[in-house]
Amino acid sequence: MTRKKEKTVQENIRRKRVERIIHGIFLMLGLITVGCVLLITIYLVISGIPAMRTIGLKEFLFGQKWASTAAEPKFGILPFILTSIYGTAGAIVLGVPVGFFAAVYIAKIAKGKIKWLLQSAVGMLAGVPSVVYGLVGMMVLVPGIRKLFKVPDGASLLASIIVLAIMILPSIIKVSVTALESVPPEYEEASLAMGATPIETYFRVSVPSARSGIAAAVVLGVGRAIGEAMAVMMVAGNAPNMPTLFESVRFLTTAVASEMSYSSGLQRQALFSIALVLYFFIMLINAALNFFLKRGNVKQS
Amino acid sequence: MMKKKTALIVVLIAVALLIVGCGPKKGGSVSTDGSTSMEKVIGALGEAFMKDNEGTTFTYNPTGSGSGIEAVKTGRCDIGLASRALKEEEKKDGLVETTLALDGIAMIVSPENPVGDLTIEQIADIYTGAITNWKDVGGNDAEIVVIGREAGSGTRDGFESVTGTKDKCTYRQELTSTGDVITTVSSNPDAIGYASLASVKDSVKAVAVGGVAPSEDTVRDGSYKLQRPFVLVTKKDGKLSETAQKFFDFVTSNKANDIISASGVVPVK
Repeated sequence: MTRKKEKTVQENIRRKRVERIIHGIFLMLGLITVGCVLLITIYLVISGIPAMRTIGLKEFLFGQKWASTAAEPKFGILPFILTSIYGTAGAIVLGVPVGFFAAVYIAKIAKGKIKWLLQSAVGMLAGVPSVVYGLVGMMVLVPGIRKLFKVPDGASLLASIIVLAIMILPSIIKVSVTALESVPPEYEEASLAMGATPIETYFRVSVPSARSGIAAAVVLGVGRAIGEAMAVMMVAGNAPNMPTLFESVRFLTTAVASEMSYSSGLQRQALFSIALVLYFFIMLINAALNFFLKRGNVKQS
Repeated sequence: MMKKKTALIVVLIAVALLIVGCGPKKGGSVSTDGSTSMEKVIGALGEAFMKDNEGTTFTYNPTGSGSGIEAVKTGRCDIGLASRALKEEEKKDGLVETTLALDGIAMIVSPENPVGDLTIEQIADIYTGAITNWKDVGGNDAEIVVIGREAGSGTRDGFESVTGTKDKCTYRQELTSTGDVITTVSSNPDAIGYASLASVKDSVKAVAVGGVAPSEDTVRDGSYKLQRPFVLVTKKDGKLSETAQKFFDFVTSNKANDIISASGVVPVK
């Protein structure tokens, strides 16, 4: 009897020890993620600050001319900042209406095979590598814009906006669909029982209940658009002009990506500073995302 | 218990192997420093050299032609790499140049473009924005779309220094690879771009410069003007180390020609 008891006690100790070890392993894996974020932040700040100091913060952020390898180099990134903002805004203007209505259709109206087809298409769209978007944009969209609008060259802000709008569709649709599908069915049933038509119900009841999720979807789209480099680099033309719709432009992301490989000295440091500015934008967007998500949680509880 | 012991032994053996594997290599080393444009050709030559001479190490430091020349002078490297001929004052400082290869830069346009011949002055005017319409150089009435490479690219540096347009070019598009330039030019009948001669494909047309069509032969005999030399810079009185001399002999021998051609430039012999 005592021996059996001893055995169970030992067994318990052993189990607890295993628990502790596993807990430790998971904690370590979690800390790796935190460590990566910290490492990137610290590295970016350390390597991004010196160039801003040398160039002068005002000169750097509001200078309109970028000529990094000239005999008298100029490091003004205002064209890149404005291009990133305009490009992202344009992509949102084009992408959000399409994504939003598609999400309502998928979540509420579509049934059976059509729903399956739409959902798999959205999934596929999310899985397409960005370089493929860029390639298709370069081969189809850029010559298309050139012919359609009779401009000398199609590589422009407009081309980038269209590519970005398509690229952010899947994130907007997926998150919105999840938000719309988690609206309690009682709400909709009540609305229908009161005599509202299905469409009225979807837009007056379902969408307002899911609005924090939909807002999060839009912010996620903004994040994706502002951070995209590869696809944009292939269709934007990359000349450091102030942004206009049909001119070739350079984004914050492409400014870093296109010059990094051969850069040196102050030019390289300035590229890190651009990355720091971009990082700052992404942080703002993340903060906005957290704000929307938190507000949603408070409401539901 | 048995299992633990086995594991321990396995780990010990692995560590021992690791130490042996990372032991110091025998043989000398050769260090090069300079032009970023020469990265591809010198990298390929270095790899081939290391393969043939087991145990030697080859290093290349991409700093730019000017720094490479400076590095030889101060003895920081064995062989300097420059993508231009040495200036007179550099030669006076006791440096010698040996041309390794010639880099031809082709001006490419769409095959639909009727323009087939441009002078260097016309090219410079197009890239600085003095000429903006194809009809001024004998083509259609259409705006010229000027395509170039990103700041810091070796091809851009070569093109701008040969045409004398450094820091003065106004590009419509700055692309990050030769392939992108070729694709873009081939899909726009009003575009003009520059690319390394060896990478030009049938999808674009390489125009003649000053009446001379670009080819390996015209680059080698110097009649095609849009070209620059890739030179090895050494000290006149200094003696190379045994390994460095071996490397020097190897890259200037006929054996190296195939490697040089494969990396997109024209061997001199």
